[in-house]
Amino acid sequence: MPALYMTTREVGPVTILDLSGRISLGEGSALLRKTIRELLDGGQAKILLNLGDVNYIDSSGIGELVSAFTAVRNRSGELKLLNLTKKVHDLLQITKLFTVFDVYNDEPTAVRSYQ
Amino acid sequence: MTPEAKHLEVILDTHVESVNLAEEMCLRVAEAVGFSEDECYRIGMSVREGVINAFHYGNQEKPSKKIHLALDLTQEKMIIHVMDEGKGFRLEDVPDPLAEENLLSTSGRGIFLMRTFMDEFNVVPGRTGGAEIIMSKKFPAGGKASTNGNHGSTNSDTAPRQQA
Repeated sequence: MPALYMTTREVGPVTILDLSGRISLGEGSALLRKTIRELLDGGQAKILLNLGDVNYIDSSGIGELVSAFTAVRNRSGELKLLNLTKKVHDLLQITKLFTVFDVYNDEPTAVRSYQ
Repeated sequence: MTPEAKHLEVILDTHVESVNLAEEMCLRVAEAVGFSEDECYRIGMSVREGVINAFHYGNQEKPSKKIHLALDLTQEKMIIHVMDEGKGFRLEDVPDPLAEENLLSTSGRGIFLMRTFMDEFNVVPGRTGGAEIIMSKKFPAGGKASTNGNHGSTNSDTAPRQQA
């Protein structure tokens, strides 16, 4: 089963994390947690998670997304989601988290929303 | 899996890798008996959540304890048992993850996902003293989804095979 892969880029004031693979118990969740912590420690709290290539999230992965959301908010920042696959979209809907996260379908609109 | 196979049981270590192993094993069986891609996803996710529950909450991640995973194929459905060696729990004590006050909780959604994704779901006292999760998925309408013959019907419901 593929692990989680992640690259980071800056677009204006926003750090975009392009994720692919699975956010699940183990390395996937740990990598996301570590990356978010490093960004926050570096003073970056405008974070956009591009989940366009994430095809699987389990309950640990959901917990990690929620944890990241609250950690960023506690630093007066914003963590938003971009490009949900159908599976991830459905998962966030049934867990009622779709209403918690700010979700976007296109990157320019998502980036502008931080300003 | 042969046409005669009706029951499969494995004992897994309390290790994070057991979660992936259990998911992959059950996915292969679900695919082999003809469940759709979407149903396989739901079954795989449910098995994963059941084993995570046993690994983390039941066995408290203690390597000395084991996770017992069993599959039964009947004429009507695929039944999955996940048993831990913990202290057990009652479903009614599990907080509702959809309640407003729990929405931002970082855990506690596994039981909800299993209930949502499977046709039947229950938790009973296991023979090991821990909890036994029993869940099932009915084969698609029009008969059993098997690609390899008659599996018989030794278990027709989600009752535990053995209880303490």
